[in-house]
Amino acid sequence: MGRQVTLKFGFAGDVRDVTVVLPDGEPIPWQWGERFSVLRKETPRIDGPLKATGSARYSYDIQMPGMLYGAILRSPYAHAMVRSVDLSGARQQSGVIAALRVEDNEVRFAGQEVAAVAAVSPEVATHALRHIKVEYTPLPFVVDTDQAMAAEAPKVFGNRSNLADPRVTSVGDVTRAFSEAAAVHEALYTTPVQTHVSLETHGAVASWKDDELTVWCSTQGVFAVRDDLSVLFELPPDKVRVITEYLGGGFGSKFGAGAEVVIAARLARLAGAPVKLMLPRGAEHVATGNRPSSSQRVKLGAGADGKLTAIELTSHGSGGIGGGSGVSGPYRSVYPCANVHIEERDVYLNAGPSSPMRAPGWVQGTFTLELAMDELARKLKLDRLEFRRGNNLNPVRAAEFELGAQRFGWAEKSAVVVKSPGGRSGHLRRGIAVASCAWHSLGGSGPEAIAVARRDGRFEVRVGTQDIGTGTRTVLAMVAAEELGMPLGAVTSQIGDTRFPFSVPSGGSSTSPSDSPAIRQAAAHLKQKLFRIAAPMLGAEPGDLEARDATIRVRFEPARAVAMAEVCRRIPGDSISAEGERVPNYQGFRNDQAGCQFAEVEVDIETGVVRVLKVVAVHDAGLIIDPLTARSQVNGGVIMGIGFALFENRRLDPQTGLMVNPTMDDYKLPGPLDTPDIDVTFVEVANGVTNTGVIGLGEAAHVCSTAVVACAVSDAVGVPMRDLPITPDRVLAALGKV
Amino acid sequence: MKSDDSDKPGKPGKPARQPTPATLTRRAFIKGAGAAAATVASLGAIASADAAGEADAANSNGVIERLGPDAQTFELNINAKMMQVTAEPRVTLLGVLRDQLGLTGTKLVCDRGACGACTVHLDGRPVTSCMVLASRARGHQITTIEGLGTPGRMHPVQSAFVANDALQCGFCTPGMVMSVAAELNRNPAAGLDDIKHAVAGNICRCGTYPHVFKAALQAAGFKTRGRPPGGSA
Repeated sequence: MGRQVTLKFGFAGDVRDVTVVLPDGEPIPWQWGERFSVLRKETPRIDGPLKATGSARYSYDIQMPGMLYGAILRSPYAHAMVRSVDLSGARQQSGVIAALRVEDNEVRFAGQEVAAVAAVSPEVATHALRHIKVEYTPLPFVVDTDQAMAAEAPKVFGNRSNLADPRVTSVGDVTRAFSEAAAVHEALYTTPVQTHVSLETHGAVASWKDDELTVWCSTQGVFAVRDDLSVLFELPPDKVRVITEYLGGGFGSKFGAGAEVVIAARLARLAGAPVKLMLPRGAEHVATGNRPSSSQRVKLGAGADGKLTAIELTSHGSGGIGGGSGVSGPYRSVYPCANVHIEERDVYLNAGPSSPMRAPGWVQGTFTLELAMDELARKLKLDRLEFRRGNNLNPVRAAEFELGAQRFGWAEKSAVVVKSPGGRSGHLRRGIAVASCAWHSLGGSGPEAIAVARRDGRFEVRVGTQDIGTGTRTVLAMVAAEELGMPLGAVTSQIGDTRFPFSVPSGGSSTSPSDSPAIRQAAAHLKQKLFRIAAPMLGAEPGDLEARDATIRVRFEPARAVAMAEVCRRIPGDSISAEGERVPNYQGFRNDQAGCQFAEVEVDIETGVVRVLKVVAVHDAGLIIDPLTARSQVNGGVIMGIGFALFENRRLDPQTGLMVNPTMDDYKLPGPLDTPDIDVTFVEVANGVTNTGVIGLGEAAHVCSTAVVACAVSDAVGVPMRDLPITPDRVLAALGKV
Repeated sequence: MKSDDSDKPGKPGKPARQPTPATLTRRAFIKGAGAAAATVASLGAIASADAAGEADAANSNGVIERLGPDAQTFELNINAKMMQVTAEPRVTLLGVLRDQLGLTGTKLVCDRGACGACTVHLDGRPVTSCMVLASRARGHQITTIEGLGTPGRMHPVQSAFVANDALQCGFCTPGMVMSVAAELNRNPAAGLDDIKHAVAGNICRCGTYPHVFKAALQAAGFKTRGRPPGGSA
């Protein structure tokens, strides 16, 4: 089934006729050169006024009559058996309504949940935790990756080795390729554990009515939380409702129902009252996820022609009691190479579990790959940009290198790099760098959507997705408005509720690419229904009509038109609606995503302090729905990359296993004064894989931001900075000053 | 005793507020424990403080007042309205705003004055409300994000934030807006460096700072052309 259409896809300089097969009911995809009336215009987000006035309701802001406040007691030991938990002291506290113990007899990291209370105020709940008596039998533990790998190390999981089996990928013959290479570079690189630090911490407000559970949850996946709770509480899915009106950040750490959400629901059932349980900042750092550490031995070989001939990556890292420390994504996809050998291993520690974090693995891998590329380029005496160009086969990235180099002034800055403003005797050194990134956020099938037209001429689209901060409500309303020929103001979008049609979690930058085609299909189906109402009004066939400028009119005869408002008034009943679904990606122009960033930094060689001056970011993002919010995402990706390059580092005390810096001052985050001048350029690619051609941007814009800063600092100080974060003491050590 | 915002991270170069005995804050309280310069009043407060938040402190008339451990009912001047609250001495201004008065626009994020998300105006100056005890906010004019403007009638700083997309997830936004609004009240002709320093203590994990700078500069343009309606004192 389905029909074939031939359309123009590609990007400036390479637009081709591509034939795609569309399933039944799928509108004709937007193609290259499409003329839009709503899309591609800088549009302030429609919920901006609610956010700017503090009126947007986050899960943390939900208040209900009789609502109690929950608090969690956490293990002070990095590894222990819980022998007994006595809740009676807490229960006797005035204002404490419910208390429970978490049924785990073994705690494997300092900060693991042990017990919880619900009380009439947050202060009473927190104070009551001190009256819970827990008897622990402390066990040996390990929080250092190198120590954990030793044979005699304390084991995190029973008798299991702390070192997981390696994941090995091998293509070609690296041994031979290295022996024949004109230049070989080999070095060890490390990255620390990074925590997400979503400003809204993890948590929920849970409320039971009979056997129905409603949870306002700070989550990136309302349906994932619903499914988890439905299994845990043995309820049919339709007896669990999860709502996320607004979400104060997630960055990958908020999929599914975490322990705190389950505890909130348990406390609410015990207390017979709604319970709000939002984590304090310290617990957020320790227990809700992190980007695993990595230790990466990288070996690259190239021929005299500057082409990569061999790549070897041997890495291990730790996500505490979780896995997911692999970093090899970029090594498999950015620069083509015939001989590749990769070995990666997870190491387990008595530390909080990892969770995905904005381009998981790729940020760490791109940092090492790009710095190693720079080091190899210097051995080959090649310009770093030219070396990358020579090893790039992606035409989109080739165009991006060109654009970026121009905007950044690569040639000028390379020729006259002002290494020391103020002369050789000055204390400031400048450095520049370029880094490539690859990503793949095309989204996929799953989401369903409903579009509604009301008699009063207003439109609404509904899909059970959530806005992690990218402007989902706005871009979905824009897509529907475009399809319906209406101004944006006529369309509202309803998201963040499992009562709406199913959608997927907001991960892998897939929200817009997964949801927007479902919304567009629903709007297209709704439009057909409106055409059937309008056809007799115009004396035309529905198939001859089009919707534009808030009218329905006969195609090629714009004078035969009727206002959309008029058509809506003929809607029988109150409203009409239509459904849409996200069909699987079709075979289009390209199914990958390329980008590159350039950076200039200034390093004070007396203090070791690094300042990022300028970042030029050039990214492919398919069809840009809203350039304004898209730019916000790229700015954010760059700035988060600066944090990981220069500041962020979760530290665990080897003596106690406790996190030393579980705050927002000791754990350093990039702030306003660390923000460089950021220049964002989009290379639009009509990729032809969905009816909208939208690609996600949140991760693509972040993949190489850490790498490009680290490479530029290395250029400035003249020494490769192979260990993150590049703190002033490390800069001074690299310069031999300490 | 130092006022709260004078040592708030990222507010460099601001003149320290005149010492006001009635503004005993958590930060001053904590600092006081190790600071030789602590006043007699705050030392007294420390000596008698316990986990339940019992505290002595001098009120604005210099009279030593014993608070707690039980909740007390008092009035706060919030957004130009007198509002009655009942709070134990350990409860912060942020706590009563959110949990008692339902003013949930102000956010708790770091709980130690390090991120600026809970910024409100106390007598027109930006303070982190997680670091101010509720009882110590008596006698001051408090302005929260809700008092600055509403979705239908936004303050120029709020409009500029929306127009420039100076917000992503939006959780830092109320605090960011309050810091910018306070700066523009103080310095209507604020330039980029002034703006950067005004929000230096406001952390945004989405990294939306470049648009915040643009929005603030746009709002500063409004300010220099005429005083906007609805601004705080």
